[in-house]
Amino acid sequence: MGEKLLMKGNDAMAEGAVRAGCRFFAGYPITPQNEVPEYMSWRLPQAGGSFVQAESEVAAINMLYGAAATGIRCMTSSSSPGISLKQEGISYAAGADLPIFFANVVRGGPGLGNIAGAQGDYFQSVRGGGHGDYRTFVMAPDSVEEMGNFPLHCYEVAEKYRVPAMVLADGVLGQMMEPLEFRFPQVDPKTLQSPDWALGECKGRKNRLVGSYDLSEGKLEVMTLNRGKRYAEIEAKEVMFESRQCEDAQVVLIAYGIAARACGAALKMARAEGLKVGLFRPITLWPFPKSQLRALADRVDSFLVVEMSMGQMVDDVRLATEFRAPVHLHARPSGVTPTGEEILKRIKDALKAGKGERVCCK
Amino acid sequence: MLQVNKRPESLLDVKMHYCPGCGHGIVHRLVAEAMDELGIRERTVGVAPVGCAVFADHYFNCDMIQGPHGRGPAIATGIKRSKPGCIVFSYQGDGDLASIGMCETVHSAGRGENITIIFINNAIYGMTGGQMAPTTLIGQKATTCPMGRDPQVNGYPIRVCELLATLDGSRYLERTSIHTAAHVIKAKKAIKKAFQYQVEGKGFSMVEVLSTCPTNMGISPLDACKFVQEKMLPMYPLGVYKDVPGGKANVSGN
Ligand SMILES: Cc1ncc(C[n+]2csc(CCOP(=O)(O)OP(=O)(O)O)c2C)c(N)n1
Ligand code: SF4
Repeated sequence: MGEKLLMKGNDAMAEGAVRAGCRFFAGYPITPQNEVPEYMSWRLPQAGGSFVQAESEVAAINMLYGAAATGIRCMTSSSSPGISLKQEGISYAAGADLPIFFANVVRGGPGLGNIAGAQGDYFQSVRGGGHGDYRTFVMAPDSVEEMGNFPLHCYEVAEKYRVPAMVLADGVLGQMMEPLEFRFPQVDPKTLQSPDWALGECKGRKNRLVGSYDLSEGKLEVMTLNRGKRYAEIEAKEVMFESRQCEDAQVVLIAYGIAARACGAALKMARAEGLKVGLFRPITLWPFPKSQLRALADRVDSFLVVEMSMGQMVDDVRLATEFRAPVHLHARPSGVTPTGEEILKRIKDALKAGKGERVCCK
Repeated sequence: MLQVNKRPESLLDVKMHYCPGCGHGIVHRLVAEAMDELGIRERTVGVAPVGCAVFADHYFNCDMIQGPHGRGPAIATGIKRSKPGCIVFSYQGDGDLASIGMCETVHSAGRGENITIIFINNAIYGMTGGQMAPTTLIGQKATTCPMGRDPQVNGYPIRVCELLATLDGSRYLERTSIHTAAHVIKAKKAIKKAFQYQVEGKGFSMVEVLSTCPTNMGISPLDACKFVQEKMLPMYPLGVYKDVPGGKANVSGN
């Protein structure tokens, strides 16, 4: 703790996971997240853990499913097409109440797309992604510092509520270098208590089962509804967001991840010109900071959502704000990072429109 | 009174759901007896498949996990690497292992993962109602090849032991059968040996068991045994396909 390091985002996330107690990693190469398995391949054995380069993303997530069932902290990471393949296993982990942790370093899509940073996987991340009724706890870092520090929080939330947890980053964050500090003491996995559902040696106790099915009528519904109670608790207690200069703002920018960094630049320029602008950054994308946005909606003229997708989070913003203020969208999908200047221009359009119609919808 | 036989401790006292004449129940018992005899029940973790043995997690008296169709070997890998002291087995049907999970099967063997696979080859998809399996014989009827498997249309049956034997990471591979009492005893020996190899840290072991599915073949249990004898054995010869007694597993956990 306290030591300043200079790291690449992907390396920081891998190191953050190891310091948080991760002792098993399985993954498959895909750009722009290759530094994560590369880092884990030497770092985990050094920490007494195990690394497997799996034959596919499907295998990797199932290795994680097995490892997580033994109660240890484990991780996998991938980028968009690979995460699509992992969805089967993520759904099974959700159904089996296993606390798995994974990261999506998003690239441009759909399909093979490109390898630049993008935010097109928002729906897939916050709406479930795999089959069935489930939710994933989703954290969106906007800096290398957060890349390094979010894995621990993901483990803690995942274990507390027995849900899948993920870091939703993007290619830019994964590849950029910045100073960071790990703001927590290293976790020694030996000090963690083995959960009372973990598989392993059954000596002296009844055998345990981990699985996601119940064929008897109505039982699965009960299981799912009980899980829903945990989801409600997460929505009530685990929301994280950052709000900057929203107090007197007429227009509030809403963005997450690297897009929020670009908005930060635009915010500075706008304020320097005396424009009343604020920035609201959801840090947890699920649970989404609904009530906080709802409260802002009655005060501001309008919102300007900046997304590196065709506009996915904008739907959540509209739902959260109950259409009480116009919601504008500045969309740069499939691998383009917006600049501060172009966002500033959109801010001015929004200010001009006031409480009136929606203006920008690229 | 002299008790000559009893339920293995590694098998729970619950009613199994298998059809009359099904091979799964027999193989469950063999696996359980092997666990008892090797004294490994209390440190064994089993992976139940998707397929007729989906409820295996409710039958074995050890920790069990149920995973997606075909992914057993990957799940077993994650468990073994996290708990190297545990004995980990994956129980799979032919659709599970040789179709959807072929990739996981080949690669866990290729890595020399120190796990054991019990592979039930009944030449058909049982649970979903008798569709063609990768192991369905040429000419054999199934609901998705109602005129009989035609290699021009459906390709050829896959011999898994032979395939895995080419991989340096596989250490013990044997094909057995349960269509007669004598063969059941041989199958039991093979299963025990496969677990023994894992206990000794030798690496990947798999026992293929030719089995019966009277329900989906639409024949009596006795005729199903005859089918194994007359039709399956020529295509799937019994025997040891790999045995590296001196080997050591390539990989270890933490
Ligand atoms: C991803 C996925 N695909 C398909 C299925 C449907 N399914 C269930 S069991 C089965 C076939 C199992 O056959 P086999 O492995 O040969 O086992 P058996 O039932 O014969 O014992 C299939 C296709 C599924 N559950 N999941
Ligand atoms: S359908 Fe076939 S494999 Fe399944 S339980 Fe019945 S006999 Fe056994």
